[in-house]
Amino acid sequence: MTADRTEQSASEAPMEWLSASLAGPLADPATDAGHPHPPERVGFFTDTSVCIGCKACEVACKEWNLVPPTRDEAPDLLGTSFDNTGELSANSWRHVAFVEQRVPAGTGGRPAEAVDLGMPQPPPAERDRAPEAAPGADGGAAEGVRWLMSSDVCKHCTHAACLDVCPTGALFRTEYGTVVVQEDICNGCGYCIPACPYGVIGKREDDGRAFKCTLCYDRLGSGLEPACATACPTDSIQFGPLEELRERANARLERLHEAGTAEARLYGADPGDGVGGAGAFFLLLDEPEVYGLPPDPVVTTRDLPDIWRHAALAAGVAAAAVAAAFLGRR
Amino acid sequence: MAEAHPVGFQWVMEAKLRGATVVHVDPRYTRTSAQADLHVPIRTGTDIAFLGGLVNYVLTHQKDFREYVVAYTNAPMILREDFRDTDELDGLFSGFDPEGRAYSTETWAYATEGGGSGGEEGGRPGHRGHEQETARPEQHGMGGASTADRPLTDPTLRHPRCVYQVLKRHFARYTPELVAEVCGVPEELFERVAEAVTANSGRERTTAFCYAVGWTQHTVGVQYIRTAAILQSLLGNIGRPGGGIMALRGHASIQGSTDIPTLYNLLPGYLPMPDAHDHPDLAAYVEPDSQKAGWWGNMRAYTVSLLKAWWGEAATEDNDFCFDHLPKTTGDHGTYRTVLDQIAGKVKGYFVVGENPAVGSANGKLQRLGLANLDWLVVRDLVEIETASFWKDGPEIETGELRPEEIGTEVFLLPAASHTEKDGSFTNTQRLLQWRHKAVEPAGDARSELWFYYHLGRLLRERLAGSTDPRDRPLLDLTWDYPVSGERAEPDAAAVLREINGVGPDGALSTYAELRDDGSTACGCWIYCGVYAGERNRAAARTPRSEQDEVALDWGWAWPANRRILYNRASADPQGRPWSERKRYLWWDEERGRWTGRDVPDISVDKHPDYRPSEDARAQEALGGDAPFIMQNDGRAWLFAPEGTLDGPLPTHYEPTESPCGNALYGQRANPVLQTYRHPENPLNPADGAPGADRFPYVFTTYRLTEHHTAGGMSRTLPYLNELQPEFFCEVSPELAEERGLRHLEWATIVTARTAIEARVLVTRRMRPLKVRGRTLHQVGLPYHWGHGGLSPGDPANDLLAVVLDPNVHIQEAKAASCDIRPGRRPRGPALLDFVAEYRSGGEGGARPADRVHEGQSARGAEPPGPHEDGAPDGHRGNGHRPPAPSRPDRRGRKRDR
Repeated sequence: MTADRTEQSASEAPMEWLSASLAGPLADPATDAGHPHPPERVGFFTDTSVCIGCKACEVACKEWNLVPPTRDEAPDLLGTSFDNTGELSANSWRHVAFVEQRVPAGTGGRPAEAVDLGMPQPPPAERDRAPEAAPGADGGAAEGVRWLMSSDVCKHCTHAACLDVCPTGALFRTEYGTVVVQEDICNGCGYCIPACPYGVIGKREDDGRAFKCTLCYDRLGSGLEPACATACPTDSIQFGPLEELRERANARLERLHEAGTAEARLYGADPGDGVGGAGAFFLLLDEPEVYGLPPDPVVTTRDLPDIWRHAALAAGVAAAAVAAAFLGRR
Repeated sequence: MAEAHPVGFQWVMEAKLRGATVVHVDPRYTRTSAQADLHVPIRTGTDIAFLGGLVNYVLTHQKDFREYVVAYTNAPMILREDFRDTDELDGLFSGFDPEGRAYSTETWAYATEGGGSGGEEGGRPGHRGHEQETARPEQHGMGGASTADRPLTDPTLRHPRCVYQVLKRHFARYTPELVAEVCGVPEELFERVAEAVTANSGRERTTAFCYAVGWTQHTVGVQYIRTAAILQSLLGNIGRPGGGIMALRGHASIQGSTDIPTLYNLLPGYLPMPDAHDHPDLAAYVEPDSQKAGWWGNMRAYTVSLLKAWWGEAATEDNDFCFDHLPKTTGDHGTYRTVLDQIAGKVKGYFVVGENPAVGSANGKLQRLGLANLDWLVVRDLVEIETASFWKDGPEIETGELRPEEIGTEVFLLPAASHTEKDGSFTNTQRLLQWRHKAVEPAGDARSELWFYYHLGRLLRERLAGSTDPRDRPLLDLTWDYPVSGERAEPDAAAVLREINGVGPDGALSTYAELRDDGSTACGCWIYCGVYAGERNRAAARTPRSEQDEVALDWGWAWPANRRILYNRASADPQGRPWSERKRYLWWDEERGRWTGRDVPDISVDKHPDYRPSEDARAQEALGGDAPFIMQNDGRAWLFAPEGTLDGPLPTHYEPTESPCGNALYGQRANPVLQTYRHPENPLNPADGAPGADRFPYVFTTYRLTEHHTAGGMSRTLPYLNELQPEFFCEVSPELAEERGLRHLEWATIVTARTAIEARVLVTRRMRPLKVRGRTLHQVGLPYHWGHGGLSPGDPANDLLAVVLDPNVHIQEAKAASCDIRPGRRPRGPALLDFVAEYRSGGEGGARPADRVHEGQSARGAEPPGPHEDGAPDGHRGNGHRPPAPSRPDRRGRKRDR
């Protein structure tokens, strides 16, 4: 559907060039952004099936990028399993979600019922109530638990709405195909925040500017891997050329399927999806919603050409109507 | 393992990717369980029953690796006629002395050709009760007693008194049904584990066991490991690639601080600390070991070389190589004994280094009362930890038991350099020494440990210079000549490593086989000999894995002799051929007349498999070419331990000291020789069946989270780590929450006879009630990282624990105890003492006090309950002692009579 629309839009001049850079498959966003001879596009493949939830990625990211503590004053226990970070924000560029699920005993298979979506916190009043009680030791024995862990990060979209809407040019597409905010240019307008379909980027309260993962732009220039991928002990976070990562991910998926893990799936790896494929994609063991990820993200600026077209049409109609009104008077 | 050792866990993940089956046995569902193929929730404190069930499964289904068992274990050894097992004595072994609460080990010995006892001193452990126990058990554990007579054997394993048959009878009761009843592990789940373990053992495959302090911190901790050792020996999983039992140590270089020990009862290289009564001179000290077969037979060479390393020129043949300069033990000088001696005013000064006992040790109140009764206290750490700040903000200040203005302890808090700020080595769990180089200078006044002790020693020696007092000789005679460099006069860490390695007439030694007992060699730790071979720091070897095979002999250096798998002679059959091509590791090369393979052979490289010792051969020469367990005097893995353990030659299930369950196997409920200390602030919860036991119907266990480091000194003070787990919490199942009215994220109070603490509640299905002995048993999970300091103050979980110890190694039972849990916060200030006193005394009617958190009525002065029935023949040890009448310590931390 996305592709259809894109084709449709693309076929309609004069918005063709704009449509292409806002949505649909795009082989090389760096060239599209004007880098004449860019290096290979790089990204993350986060294989959540081997994540052990150690949060080394969160800490390594903060250490390297000098990101302030998420909540300076007396951080509180969130009560969402072992997750006390809550969400991606200006001060959390990696976030490990912990999802506790009930499954048929001893299967380790698909969940019978999801009890925690790992979503951003509901208000305290709702949190106060304990999870519903189980039937007791006997009833409980028929069920096991499954604990999913997943390290979330900025997706570095092929079509990045944050970048599209940034009025100052603070957000830009790097030669590696990643999306970075330049701290010294950001004026804190905050347009990028609602533009992100994943809720990744946020504003630092005491500062006013927007911050997010840079995919360690400063390290890439020195031939280093991003801090999170370097720190990950189990290679759950893999860094490399995007094409290679996609191949690796497909092989891993195939292997998991062969081993009977039918619920494994890739998320964000498809260049035909609503953001033109993510530069940081995932292997998940359940529906994306379970991890707090939108199931079918679409670049929020996708319909911009349509909107402009309709606006232009409306303006034209209005102008014609006005003109007609005047003409009609005659 | 994923929780506490996430970096090491990457290798488990790698094994899993290659097809390994990962089984996780743990009371809680943890990060490790999340990655395991099978999680087995178990009642904490029942692992011997579980492992014993596996041993029984192996023996009943004849899944043992029979050739390996016959050739390499002591299964064929025949025991004495007067040995009696627990089945006959209702949970006791023969040799129990009810008065001294100790075993005489005489009857545990092998029957010998001469008809005598194989034990060197017969009933030695019983001689002077528990007080004299120092390090001989550890050493015997590694070496075994000297056996003058040859033991009788039956290679067919059919003799009714051979170890194999005794073992079979001993574990026959550990059926899947019993495992289910005791551990709460359903039979089918247990059988899945048994099948996985046995299917992956034998000629072609091996199974490894990994454990951490979840196994060691019990009153039967040593016997937990023994059970695993028995199982792995039966399955042929020792000395072979992919096998073994991996002890995951608590933090970086804890292995190193056992090898070069910070323990009162050991000298470097597991030499026992001499005893003031038993060892008047060097000859008496080395004599028991010098007769042994195996490498302990060279005891005199190791000891003399150590003395030469420390006292150099001053140590001569004429003065017994300064043997008299060594400190001697006169009894139990363990950490908990020392704390009680502090409270009693017998210990005046205390060094606390890299440890936070006010939070990390069992019964924190005892620790803090001890700290408050010193003349001086030196704490060296990165930050002001609770052990340094107890005098101003400890829990006893809040309750009024201590007042800052009345604490006389002078506290010296000295900033320590972190591991990135100093050179040195870490010895990891695999016995691997890895060198680290200083990255930055320590900030401000922070200094390395090496700097501190070197200069402290230098200043002390300067002050004593010219002294003629004989007691100053040990200090003045020390070789204290390490080269220093830089503005701060930092001693050279590599020079210390070289001294540890040892030197002879030709410079750095290459192997401990070069050590001599005539004073011509000096060596600071015989097992580390070779780390500086060829005058090269081999701990700093860093050839990447892409440039060598996976044995990786050129990455770091592993003691002993850079051997990566201990006892690797066992990877080949008695004739020296690999057991299988798939598990090929070390083999005898007949053409070249030497052992070859991928690792450093754990046998003299040219000792032929057919070699048989002559009558007068000694030490390693007295072991045959088919004897892989070269540290044992019989060269065999011990299924049955004729010596070395104080609480039995075979592991047997005892309940934890505080357990809401009786022992399903025997009348003897808990370890009959467990160690505890009677002190008014160390009362025990009534155990199963005793009056008042129903006040503490739940079980708790303590543990670590990935986000924090042990007692929190290195993590609770760092915002990035603290915010990841910002508050002390307890984990409970929805069922327990329902039963006790606990609500997610609200507060709970957890109570034992020692104290009450409060924690936020996490209700989670990762905690599961278990069916145990026909009832539902709930377990409470408590991470122990928190204390009153740092960025997230919280109550210390270890304050709930009593000091009850494993008798062999004096480790506290921190992983299993009983408690009550109730909703709401604990009382504050002096009301907390009243609240706990009410629990101790049983309140009105002896039942659990009503749910009146914050309103605890005074029950002080009430009569304590009678002695608890613990099933022990004699109530004066174990948990049979009477809890004291509650009373308040006076302001100096001592108890007032009431």
